[in-house]
Amino acid sequence: MSLPITPASSPRSFHQASWNEPIVFELSTPGERGIAVPAVEAGVREVVGDVVAALPEGMRRPQPPALPEIAQMRVLKHYLRLSQENLGSDLNVDIGQGTCTIKYSPKINDQLIEVPQLRALHPAQDPADTQGALEMIWRLEQLMAEISGMDAVSLASPGGSAGIWTNIAMIRAYHESRGEAEQRDEVITTIFSHPSNAAAAKVAGYKVITIYPDADGYPDIDALKAALSERTAAIMVTNPEDTGIYNPAIREWVDAAHAVGALASYDQANAAGILGITRARDAGFDVCQFNLHKTFSAPHGSGGPGAAANAVSAELAPFLPGPRVERVDGRFVVREPGELSIGHVAPAHGVILHVVRAYAWIMALGAEGMLTASQIAVLNNNYLLKRVLEIPGASAPYAAGRRRIEQVRYSWQELYEDTGISSEEIGIRMADYGFHYWTSHHPYVVPQPFTLEPTECYSKAEIDEYVTALAQVAQEARENPELVRTAPHNQTVHHTHHDDLDDPERWAITWRAYRRKYFGELRADAVAPALEGAAAS
Amino acid sequence: MIGLVVNPVAGVGGPAGLAGSDGADVQRLALERGAHARAPQRATAALRVLAARHPALVVITAGGTMGADAVRAAGLEPWVVHQPGPATDAADTSAAVAAVAAAGATLILVAGGDGTLRDAAAGLTRTPVGQLATDQPADQPAVLGIPAGVKMYSPVFAVSPHAAGALAAEWADGTLPTAEREVLDVDEQAMRHARVDPVLHGMLRVPFKVGRTQSRKAATPASEAAAVVAAARGVVRRMLPGIRYLLGPGSTTAEVAGQLGIRKSPLGVDVILDGRQVIAAASEEQLLAEVAKGPAQAVVTVIGGQGFLLGRGNQQLSAAVIRALGDDPLMVVAPEQKIIDLLGRPLIVETGDPDLDARLSGHIRIVTGVGTTSMYAVAAPDPAL
Repeated sequence: MSLPITPASSPRSFHQASWNEPIVFELSTPGERGIAVPAVEAGVREVVGDVVAALPEGMRRPQPPALPEIAQMRVLKHYLRLSQENLGSDLNVDIGQGTCTIKYSPKINDQLIEVPQLRALHPAQDPADTQGALEMIWRLEQLMAEISGMDAVSLASPGGSAGIWTNIAMIRAYHESRGEAEQRDEVITTIFSHPSNAAAAKVAGYKVITIYPDADGYPDIDALKAALSERTAAIMVTNPEDTGIYNPAIREWVDAAHAVGALASYDQANAAGILGITRARDAGFDVCQFNLHKTFSAPHGSGGPGAAANAVSAELAPFLPGPRVERVDGRFVVREPGELSIGHVAPAHGVILHVVRAYAWIMALGAEGMLTASQIAVLNNNYLLKRVLEIPGASAPYAAGRRRIEQVRYSWQELYEDTGISSEEIGIRMADYGFHYWTSHHPYVVPQPFTLEPTECYSKAEIDEYVTALAQVAQEARENPELVRTAPHNQTVHHTHHDDLDDPERWAITWRAYRRKYFGELRADAVAPALEGAAAS
Repeated sequence: MIGLVVNPVAGVGGPAGLAGSDGADVQRLALERGAHARAPQRATAALRVLAARHPALVVITAGGTMGADAVRAAGLEPWVVHQPGPATDAADTSAAVAAVAAAGATLILVAGGDGTLRDAAAGLTRTPVGQLATDQPADQPAVLGIPAGVKMYSPVFAVSPHAAGALAAEWADGTLPTAEREVLDVDEQAMRHARVDPVLHGMLRVPFKVGRTQSRKAATPASEAAAVVAAARGVVRRMLPGIRYLLGPGSTTAEVAGQLGIRKSPLGVDVILDGRQVIAAASEEQLLAEVAKGPAQAVVTVIGGQGFLLGRGNQQLSAAVIRALGDDPLMVVAPEQKIIDLLGRPLIVETGDPDLDARLSGHIRIVTGVGTTSMYAVAAPDPAL
């Protein structure tokens, strides 16, 4: 007997909670306290004395910080209300977050990192007291070496652009060690690779050459061959790129780079669709970088610190950043960077909380589980691709008719031409149905772009729900464009002004900055000298 | 304030199979073949989008079919500042645009094709029709084409009437930046003889939408103007002493000149040596004479939305001149968005010398900033076109 459930044919009703909530500073009542701190017993006070007076003069505040004074329950309610005015990633179907590879991050992993002993760890602690943590770092490095096929791994880099920079820094050090640093001053990337590749190479002092897609939508290998020379230091590519297109000639790319003495660097930001299917080593790469905070169970999208795994061939291993964890006679020791190493790229050897999450995720899934996760991510994505292309006005430019890996950069250009409604306006309207549709599409090679990435996290029912809402908004754009253009209608906050975010005179990311810029209040640090001046006169 | 000027006969030649609507004879012939002009309905479609957002807007326009009819059809209030004669022509378009600008419009929507926008540019720059608009007043209003002609080579058009209306609605909110775009037109007589030869007629300030959609993740230049400045700076950094640079037409090359402290002729080829202007608006003969004096390189940008590198708008850089430049004749400069807007189509070289065109084909570096280039395909025109 089946349950009497019919599939939803229209998006569910949604309205964001609106609390007209003051900011926490406005809730402050002088004298109100969050916690009643027990009085210090007389005996203790006698022994300890005045603890504030024990601090050096320069470390003491002239006056207490201007923190809000508010009771604990009011603080709790305040933040719970604010959380209801958001589209939280645990609340909605956020496959429209695209390019962020938001892997399922099991709640148990969040509980693991709440272990008090882990929270109390300090990187400067005596290694004799942190053997467990060092072992986990060492073991995760072994696992990442296996996943990438590479010979050595460092978890020191904070990931993201810093991780990519670590790649190019090692490549530069490699060429320096061979006396070719001056000769090799160019780095080649592709237009759909993450802009961090071009940016990191530029920061490292290289000239950057960008390759565009060929007529079939694949990275143009003839353009690559035209660009390669004895001046090339490296190719730095993302594969699959953010279009979801996998470069089928990637081995040929790497070989062409090697033929002129250049190295090949692999940005694995979109690794969610290839784990257990292909490896950087299999394509001949010299160095690759995973974001643990994207692909390996750590939240991404301003969700905390980033963490990377930089994996290299044996030839590049001496250049890895330090400090490194080594196993000596069954014990784990911390080694400072060696002579050839690029040195420190972050204060310590990895973000231990992300190391624990990634380690737990890999160990829980195993090789088979990771392969299955990738297969589901690809299946979900290609199912979504088929459904989205059924919506009139939507298209998937480049490599037409081909399957994609774990995400697709779509286009609303046809809908825009028909209705004047832009991708951005559709995105805002999607929030009215409770869906996340903020997508990053740099550089704008696809007109009216939107990038969707379901990964393995969403069920078929959730993907269907998302597509239904997308189709509904596209239909609204044709039948009632003003409804879309004036969206959001079901949100707490209406339109924000982009210009305010671009203008240092107008952006205000703190309450004090807001009061200063919009109400003309003086800065606290500008007030103090003025008062001192008044006192002196 | 938003203005509207409609070329009521634009597009009439398309359905009639006449490849354009230039000239009274062609228009009469088209109407005899039962054609209808598309521009008035398309203008109305654009204005309906604007009216939905700003229902009480007064639109500065010309009388009757040149604007007021379309404004009323969209439910808006026309303010007529120009009355056309019984049969509208190019001079009417120019006069109407000039009058709408004089009445205070900050954005003028112009419905028509390439010829209509060329007439509009002439009206704004107070240049007689048929002559080149080489100078633009600083207070010139922005212009946006509503595509309604048979051919739209100029990148001054919105992608559709709806998109034009949507951009105008945002303009009325006061939120859009502008960028300079080329006004191109094809000689229709030549095109009827299977020869496509767009000519650069000037520049217009066109509103655009930054980044096309929301993005805060990547460090894109804050504006297209900033991207042009960066690309031009890349060229200036690459310039070497003792080399003559033949600076082709375009706003990006004008920015190169500007950074060198030189006032460039906007549509001409100027010769620069050691940071100084040797000749402004040089002829082919003058260029050949300069190249003969020592090492030289042409600095060209991508013209229009069609991707022409040579042979359009810079015919002075002839096959003879390019051949005389030697093995590395071109330094190409363009902001990345201009490459992106080609949507994968190759850059085109058409010097009139097929052997040279073939030699220039392949892949070329485009300077997009200081230390940044893009590798992009170059092709000779398809002989089938």
